[in-house]
Amino acid sequence: MNIIGKPRRRVDGRAKVTGQTRFADDLTLPRMLWCRLLRSHLPHARVDGVDTAAAAAARGVKLVLTGADFPIPYGILPVSQDEHALAQERVRFVGDPVAAVIATSEEAAQAAVQLLAPRYTPLTTISDAHDALATPAPQLHTYAEVGNLHKRVGFEFGDVDASFASAPHVFDDSFFYQGNTHLPIEQHATLAAVDGDGKLTVWSSTQTPHYLHRALAKALAMPAAHIRVIATPNGGGFGGKSDPFHHEIVVAGAALRTGRPVKICLSREEVFYCHRGRHPVDMRLRTATDACGKILAMDLETLLDGGAYGSYGVASTFYTGALQTVTYEIPRYRFRGARAFTNKPPCGPKRGHGTPQPRFAQEVQLDKIAVALGRNPADLRLEQLCKPNSLTANYMRVGTIGLGRCIDAVVEGSRFRERWGKLPRGRGLGIACSSYLCGAGLPIYWNKLPHSGVQLKLDRSGGVTAFCGATEIGQGSDDVLAGLVAEVLGIDPFDIRVVTGDTDLGPVDLGSYSSRVTLMMGNAALEAAGRARELIASAVAAELQLPVARLGFAERRVFDLEEPTRGLSFADAVIAAETRHGTLGTVGSYRPPDSAARYKGGGVGPSPAYSYSAAVIEVEVCPDTGWLDVTQVWIGHDIGRSLNPASVRGQVEGSVYMGLGEALMEESAFRRLPPKRSDALVHKFPSLLEYKSPTTREMPPCTTYLIEDPDPQGPLGAKEVGQGPLLPIMPAVANAVFDAVGVRVDEVPITPEKIVRALEEAARGRPARVGPTGFPDVGWPEPLRVAPPWEGGDGKAANETPRRPRPDKDAKDKQVPR
Amino acid sequence: MPPQPQPPQPPTAGSKVVLTLTVNGEAAEVAFEPHKTLLEVLREDLALTGTKHGCELGECGACAVLVDGKPVLSCLMLALECGGASVTTVEGLARGAQLDPLQDAFADLGAAQCGYCTPGILVTARALLDQHPAPTRPQIEEALAGNLCRCTGYLSIYQAVEQAARKAR
Repeated sequence: MNIIGKPRRRVDGRAKVTGQTRFADDLTLPRMLWCRLLRSHLPHARVDGVDTAAAAAARGVKLVLTGADFPIPYGILPVSQDEHALAQERVRFVGDPVAAVIATSEEAAQAAVQLLAPRYTPLTTISDAHDALATPAPQLHTYAEVGNLHKRVGFEFGDVDASFASAPHVFDDSFFYQGNTHLPIEQHATLAAVDGDGKLTVWSSTQTPHYLHRALAKALAMPAAHIRVIATPNGGGFGGKSDPFHHEIVVAGAALRTGRPVKICLSREEVFYCHRGRHPVDMRLRTATDACGKILAMDLETLLDGGAYGSYGVASTFYTGALQTVTYEIPRYRFRGARAFTNKPPCGPKRGHGTPQPRFAQEVQLDKIAVALGRNPADLRLEQLCKPNSLTANYMRVGTIGLGRCIDAVVEGSRFRERWGKLPRGRGLGIACSSYLCGAGLPIYWNKLPHSGVQLKLDRSGGVTAFCGATEIGQGSDDVLAGLVAEVLGIDPFDIRVVTGDTDLGPVDLGSYSSRVTLMMGNAALEAAGRARELIASAVAAELQLPVARLGFAERRVFDLEEPTRGLSFADAVIAAETRHGTLGTVGSYRPPDSAARYKGGGVGPSPAYSYSAAVIEVEVCPDTGWLDVTQVWIGHDIGRSLNPASVRGQVEGSVYMGLGEALMEESAFRRLPPKRSDALVHKFPSLLEYKSPTTREMPPCTTYLIEDPDPQGPLGAKEVGQGPLLPIMPAVANAVFDAVGVRVDEVPITPEKIVRALEEAARGRPARVGPTGFPDVGWPEPLRVAPPWEGGDGKAANETPRRPRPDKDAKDKQVPR
Repeated sequence: MPPQPQPPQPPTAGSKVVLTLTVNGEAAEVAFEPHKTLLEVLREDLALTGTKHGCELGECGACAVLVDGKPVLSCLMLALECGGASVTTVEGLARGAQLDPLQDAFADLGAAQCGYCTPGILVTARALLDQHPAPTRPQIEEALAGNLCRCTGYLSIYQAVEQAARKAR
């Protein structure tokens, strides 16, 4: 291969270093108006009305919009259509949009927002998931499953209680993982305009232009074919720009009403209110092992604090249980998860979506098991890795698994075997592993359509244009597309023009989420490029009177492999092909294989392939102050194949960085104002300064090992890298803290204050630990019982009641998870 | 809701100031409302959208530009303060078609992922290299400690600054 596998400049690299990349807020149009939103200052209230007269009369104001202008609900999941562009009868968190002002300048719009007079009746405020369990009424949403529990799910794969009853060891631990947020440096921005022919174009910093396209069509009651969504390159996403957002629908509606372009750029504070970040999760994990620590059964309960709306939350809930099984062999498994509605910004998908929390629990508990049984934690893991090409207890199909090599690399690099448990007090090493999806096996809305499509146009200039709906959020998706097409056609990635993220110009790609782009768009690109290569090869073969099999494509030439000087330039080869076949264009598409999981809820977790990561982290902890420094990270990632190692390395290091932020300092914390000041529940840190994230001073050196074990499902063997390497970081830090000072912080973030508290507990002779002491009573319903494959199961649940047919709904959006 | 009838409004003319400064080596005369920050004047009045904003409160470093060679947060500086000054933005780093060695290194090593913090980091690193042509790793960390990047984990940025420094020598 000439291009793939070699570190090289990304195709969009030059634009990014010259300031030429056009982000959403860099766009302006003639006659453009500005939009600002009024957001609720109360966490929960009935909206009794909004007096708009003064705002409407203010200087420069062209339009004022309220909930009455946007009566149609929307939401990213078909099962959670619970949002409105502007509040209807209720606001549910501080920051919930209530009204919008459109004016000739941003300043005029903001000034007029101050003149809006909303009238509220405050309602009981639910501050967290425990509060939600204790407060079934008033319901935040009447569609909640019970009280203020949005959703409860439960599965049992094999007789877990029987395994626990006979197991030599049972470990029972509770954990809490605090919420945190994506914090992209780019604030969300959207520009909407009515085209000359009356159609609507929306430019937005979105990771999911296709889903935004659908939401706009629904919320605006407009044919999707008359809407064009262009995802501008995202200035960071990390999952935070994958929902359709209020402001996107508002400016689109405003452009339609005024006939003028309308733009909005959110303030940093508003970005915190958009959120959709990491769910705070309470967890109880019970694990039964044999005498050596090999897992016999696992029983996991999770309770997610979902915030005020559905977002991706149902999927997030399933994800807190779906991927526990694809790392280590777990013969029997029970998972029960619930998501609560609370009066805070909605949680959703952040890098790792729903899996970092239970991964933290699982990997910290494995460390406790190793310590309790006198085992080396690396060996304990290596002994029970999933086998390649196997089916897990919950019917996830594991393909290649390079985790053993990842562990070997980081153990060797850090001299873990020689140093773990032997460093002087105050210094410690911790190890943890993880796995992640290479794309969700099912789309957000149920269908059998391709998940990704690529279209190529070649013409007599020798130029190649690649069109795809995929979205560049900084991860390098444009470069994956150009790199793969260039490799197949024997040209340079910079010879290709890439047109992406545009619902009018490119075939649908579902978006930049679930680490799906490299695998899915990549396979579609290979198919499209392979077809173009066939057209060119047949024409060149005829011209040179050679069999097609003797043609090579490289260095911008198509040539005789046996006599390489004989051949055509790529441009001449395209001319030959256009002469022979007519105008040249090819397409490729990709849809993941069907899942083996046939039980309801089994739609979340299946993926064409799983990536694996292992990390060792070294820390220094001051036993007096609890001050915690991460001094070195070793990380191994099973990438399948590196398409562009420079980008892959960047994703690994970026994941390590973001994981360290979550482990050490980042938290979406809320506080109540004093009762005399309304008892409101407000975001503690809605600013970049107060929401602590790692700077250059906190980032330790990091040694990265890329493990290549090409996966047959991936394009040229490639797997994901954008999310997986984040997952082992938080538990590895926790395990290193234990090695350093002998205390367990069973919570994220792991702050000096918590370390000191645990040390004080130890000094008083109590367990050297900080973390939750139990798990609340959720009132679990009977789980779905599915026999594991090795107990004669067929992937179906034994006790599943057939779904009641709902003709009105089933005809349209079917549910996911199935 | 249909547009409301507009009551008569007083004219707002006469509120702009005119300033002369040098931007990326070119003399510029720009008229703007006096409350505007340098960031706003660069982006809105001079169409130099290469300079970004992440907070407009001086917290993220995305808006850094060089004023007379020193990195400043353009969101915290009034444009009025820049009369006669020489301002360098990311658009002014290249010499014609020739990229600054920093720009080449950032592009080649993947030190720009989403690219949003990149303009602020590039100009800050430029000021560092102008003062310390061979900076140590701690000097680079110190110089860039006010620039948040959520994509890279900073490591490829350090390598790019070091590579640019080597190439320039």
